[in-house]
Amino acid sequence: MRARSGQAWLILPASLVIILFMLLPLGLMAYVSILEKGLNGGVVWGSHTTEAYLSFAFERDLDDSLVLNTDYLQIFARSFGLSAITTILCLLLSLPTAFYMALQPERTRNGLIFLVTIPFWTNLLVRNYAWILLLRNGGLIDGLLRDAGLSSGSLNLLYSNTAIVLGLTYTFLPFMVLPIYASLEKLDVRLVEAAFDLGANRWQALRRVVLPLAMPGIVAGCILVFVPALGAYVTPELLGGGKSLMIGNLIQGQFGSARNWPFGAALAFALLAIVLLAMLVYLLRFRQAPAGAAP
Amino acid sequence: MRVDPANRLWRYPGIRLAALLFFAFLYLPILVLIALSFNANDQATIWTGFSGQWYGVVLGNDDILRAARNSLVVATIATLVATLAATLAALGMATGRFAGQSLIQGLIALPLVVPEIVTAVATLLLFALIGLPLGLTTVIIAHTVFCVPFAYLPIRARLEGMDRTLTEAAGDLYANPWQSFRRVTLPLLWPGVLSGAMLAFIISLDDFVITYFVAGAGATTLPVYIFGMIRIGITPEVNAISALMLVVSIAVVSLSYLTARLRQDPSTSPATLTGHETRTGEPT
Repeated sequence: MRARSGQAWLILPASLVIILFMLLPLGLMAYVSILEKGLNGGVVWGSHTTEAYLSFAFERDLDDSLVLNTDYLQIFARSFGLSAITTILCLLLSLPTAFYMALQPERTRNGLIFLVTIPFWTNLLVRNYAWILLLRNGGLIDGLLRDAGLSSGSLNLLYSNTAIVLGLTYTFLPFMVLPIYASLEKLDVRLVEAAFDLGANRWQALRRVVLPLAMPGIVAGCILVFVPALGAYVTPELLGGGKSLMIGNLIQGQFGSARNWPFGAALAFALLAIVLLAMLVYLLRFRQAPAGAAP
Repeated sequence: MRVDPANRLWRYPGIRLAALLFFAFLYLPILVLIALSFNANDQATIWTGFSGQWYGVVLGNDDILRAARNSLVVATIATLVATLAATLAALGMATGRFAGQSLIQGLIALPLVVPEIVTAVATLLLFALIGLPLGLTTVIIAHTVFCVPFAYLPIRARLEGMDRTLTEAAGDLYANPWQSFRRVTLPLLWPGVLSGAMLAFIISLDDFVITYFVAGAGATTLPVYIFGMIRIGITPEVNAISALMLVVSIAVVSLSYLTARLRQDPSTSPATLTGHETRTGEPT
């Protein structure tokens, strides 16, 4: 059925806002990534080159030949590694919690969902700042352990990869719990009870019936944690203390001190491509459109 | 899941403890921050006594007040524009199915899917291309975009939970479409609109990454200012202003949650807001 004209007019403003200030800029970003960088920042319009993408792994030698440069590759590897560890940690923390939530009576469940979502709505900086207070030398964890005689001297927890993983896990935890909970909540209890009746003990029922049925939620959760973790800027900036760079910081740097817009745009575009790829794989695998899957 | 609590097989040892630890992990940092904001000394993390003095210092700081005013201006305008656009779109989407509807749905959800830093870069490039100087205007435009889906989702959820026979009844009673919208749909929709507006407001108030990219020197918002403070050092003022922001966010979101549930309708649980629908319409 075609949209009636009244309908089209209603949908127009919101669509226009997003097309003009989101879709169009993303296209522009893709275009900038194949432009030559200007001498003092900015770009040279109309001068096309793949230099930005080449510089992911290579740099120009004095005689203009390409030599391998692993500086950025290391940052990519670190970003992927830290995001993967974050995803696994979130999964381990979320599985029992989501299952616990799904077993509760309806009222308790809604309350718990609310408790899970609240931190998401609070300021990202503030949430990460709270971890600075906990992790820094002389801070809460360091101080408590020292008072308990469990450590002597400083732990140096802050400004490390550990701190980044903790911060990222803390930031993205709700994105893991909610989809897993959603798939568990829809689960037909009779299937599990049938397993019980057929002599499965509770762990067998969990492993053979509950987990496979929760798989779409688990995969969605992993995507929803891994992808934004990969593009995180605030957490590595505040908890990594600048020495542990991730892709997000590298991108920001191109628009700040490094003044290399095409490279920044290329990095951002690569990140976007990963997001779209992850979503495509999910859609093809599970066929259930996660329209508006997650913030 | 509907579980028979009498069935002993449903008792999984340890998951209660795991869930407890999970919520402790989620809330301890927040509680520690709020507690430390009332610390009397200026050491930020060593407790010596209770005092509200740092809140006084924060509220007497002109730079912070200016940043807070910028944040409020941006959030208010972005919320109004985004909520209006989102309400119209939700109404349009609910009027009937049409070709390309899921495409529009995807378009509206786009700001939720694209990583913030990518949106930030893309938006900055657009403003650079059209030569719009960075300032409050650019921040407001950028915020309006990502506020649209946050306002849209609760409104759409509310519309979906609405009893269609009511508007049909209005039609049968000779109301014209405008009258039935004004007298039937809008009053029923209102809680959804308010709830969406509050979410948009808080998302705008809290945004940092995108604002950091598109705000010029004169358009420092509160989060951008706090970021600068944290980078300089950990001070009791940062504790106090952070605790304030936390409390405001939690208050507005709770209010939004309660508003969405006004009058019997459970269709907007917080889970729906992040796109994960829970089953609704069951008697509680």
